[in-house]
Amino acid sequence: MENFTPVASLLGGVMIGLAAALFMLFTGRICGISGIYGGLLHLKHGDTFWRFIFIAGLLVGGVLATVFIPGAADIQMHLPMGTLILAGLLVGIGTRLGSGCTSGHGVCGMGRLSPRSFVASLTFLGVGIAAATFLPAYLQ
Amino acid sequence: MTRNKRLLAHAATFLIGVLFALGLGLSGMMRPQKVLAFLDVRGDWDPSLLLVLGGAFLTYFFSFLLIRRRQSPMLVSKFSMPNKREIDRNLVFGALLFGLGWGLAGFCPGPALTSIVTGNPSVLVFVLSMTVGMFVFESLTIRFREPDGGVGLLEQTPVAK
Repeated sequence: MENFTPVASLLGGVMIGLAAALFMLFTGRICGISGIYGGLLHLKHGDTFWRFIFIAGLLVGGVLATVFIPGAADIQMHLPMGTLILAGLLVGIGTRLGSGCTSGHGVCGMGRLSPRSFVASLTFLGVGIAAATFLPAYLQ
Repeated sequence: MTRNKRLLAHAATFLIGVLFALGLGLSGMMRPQKVLAFLDVRGDWDPSLLLVLGGAFLTYFFSFLLIRRRQSPMLVSKFSMPNKREIDRNLVFGALLFGLGWGLAGFCPGPALTSIVTGNPSVLVFVLSMTVGMFVFESLTIRFREPDGGVGLLEQTPVAK
């Protein structure tokens, strides 16, 4: 457990939860990233601009994190191209079919005690753990 | 809704996006290898993600207890809540596919989008594939929009031929 970062991770988690809560308080919306981003793919009048603004904020926050949080953007990905593309497709299709991802179901949905979100979150956590634990051996 | 309120709502949306991304950065989730060190329970296990999820969940849970007392949000006229209740095949099968991709790459949509700014080529390929996946799915599906932007594939109402 030498890479365990309890303080930073807990604090980061609280910031994520706070951002999602403020989004509900101010705009009345669920802070689900796959839903917000996916909704950009079919341009609907009056339902697009706020999505752009949110994603723009996410990118600006990403730049700030890269500059001001040491090691935040030290990204190491060594997947073969085919696996990388497959993983992206699965995340894209899966989050839309399942109506949410880690933020929408895991934080906002479970935070509202939604049974649907508990089922979805336990499913993607369970499958994610199984995939990350057992699949790498077959990808070599 | 007044013009000022709309401007404030946009400003809040932007700043909340910034705060969300900073939370992702601080928590370590912008680095897929850290997410995988949690999901992969063998060897040098890193429980950090449990604290990210736990911290976010508890913060949202207690905040929502207060927010739900309100008649309406502060800057728009009404709440947009998901209205689906049933646990269906879409939900479970979608979560299953998502979990598989997440466990392979260590990226879910938020951290992946946020990490674009690093210019890392693998991140760009992942986000492009994710976007194609979403787009193909949306295109193949007759849209059935929910407040959270989700779509239903298998149980939607039949289309007139």
